[in-house]
Amino acid sequence: MDRHFQRELESLKTTLIKMASIVEENFALALRAVNEKNTELTERVIETDKRIDQLEIEIDDAIIDLLALQQPVASDLRFILAALKINNDLERIGDHAVNIAEATDVLINYPDAIILEEIPQMANIARAMLKDALDSFIQEDPVKARAVLTRDDQIDDLNRQVARKIIENVKCDTKLAELELELARVSRNLERVADLTTNIAEEVIFYIQARIVKHHAEEKKTD
Amino acid sequence: MSKPAIETRYLNLFYDTFHALEDISISIEERKITALIGPSGCGKSTLVRVFNRMNDLIEGVHITGQVLVEGEDIYAPNIDLIELRRKVGMVFQRPNPFPLSIRKNITFGLEIHNTTRKTDYSGIIEESLRSVLLWDDLKDKLDRSALELSLEQQQRLCIARVIAMKPKIILMDEPCSALDPIATSRIEELMQELQKEYTIVIVTHNMQQAARVSDYTAFLYLGKLIEYGETKRLFSAPREKQTEDYITGRFG
Repeated sequence: MDRHFQRELESLKTTLIKMASIVEENFALALRAVNEKNTELTERVIETDKRIDQLEIEIDDAIIDLLALQQPVASDLRFILAALKINNDLERIGDHAVNIAEATDVLINYPDAIILEEIPQMANIARAMLKDALDSFIQEDPVKARAVLTRDDQIDDLNRQVARKIIENVKCDTKLAELELELARVSRNLERVADLTTNIAEEVIFYIQARIVKHHAEEKKTD
Repeated sequence: MSKPAIETRYLNLFYDTFHALEDISISIEERKITALIGPSGCGKSTLVRVFNRMNDLIEGVHITGQVLVEGEDIYAPNIDLIELRRKVGMVFQRPNPFPLSIRKNITFGLEIHNTTRKTDYSGIIEESLRSVLLWDDLKDKLDRSALELSLEQQQRLCIARVIAMKPKIILMDEPCSALDPIATSRIEELMQELQKEYTIVIVTHNMQQAARVSDYTAFLYLGKLIEYGETKRLFSAPREKQTEDYITGRFG
């Protein structure tokens, strides 16, 4: 038994979980910033994202070393490949959190504006999806990961509803165009977070069950 | 799978009372490279030696079940052992050329098997040495002693010696374990070339080698065939926990 290699794998998992929890918190903070129209919180989101970027590089480096030096196979290989992709997905979720938080710069100019109800709904679903995807990774639970995949459609539907309402709102009152465009951007960023979260869940299934489920590959496979 | 080159059915092998192979049923595809892996004492070398009845030379060996080579039961009473070993050649761990000239190493088996009183072997010598990529280096040195060659060249010569017999199957028992990494990678490349014409079964301790060179991998443990399948599947998503534990180094 190669104890050194096992320790390296454990350490990779621990760092990735650390990265995941920072991303999850920063995403929640970004949503709070928008909800409270609080630019101070936005600053904190931007600051924390730097730490996320740094961690992404650290994790990539650790993965390169493991691949180059240990030639992993079987579940070790699948774990490392999944970690590589999850790392990238998390970093991008971090970027979307920044985009969402930056909406406060516009929103503070419209203190009385009512935000479309679908946006907090999307935010809640995306947050829950992210939490479950990360839990499925930590607990190595493919059932939980599969449950995440089924929820992405809800976000897509809400995103389309938001787009329709925004068009209507702008038609009624062109003075609100800037605000509405910003809300459209938030909605699109939330939709992207849900997509990336789905990717994470797919990677968890690949790692644990050795099954490729993205792009409906499982249904297409004939054997 | 197309038609199997080798097939065993419920093969059991005992060294006196020691049960070395238990109920092995395996079908080895022709013109593919099949790797046998597993920890020391798992039975992989014993199994490969069943395929050309090398185990007959060991006292106390007893076999039950069937072993078919190209559909023929090689443990049937009327089997021609010399013909079997011509058809199923073997390359060993340490290069073992005869202490004779390079030329004689190639022709030795041919002369023993010769039924046509043929004496001009120059065509076969060239062909065999070309197929192991030694011809250009050695064509002017055929009368030199084979023992003057480097280890890698000696191992190539041993493979050429097998090829000269026009076998169908080449068994390789740890063929690279005495070689350095560069020589190893050249022999591995050679195996890929040879696979176009021959069925190759390789026993290896080196899992990376099994993963690199073979089309199919069989994992044996304590005399049992634990898992057998396409190499790329077995090394990315093994079905059995014992295979997973062995190939990831978590064994024992």
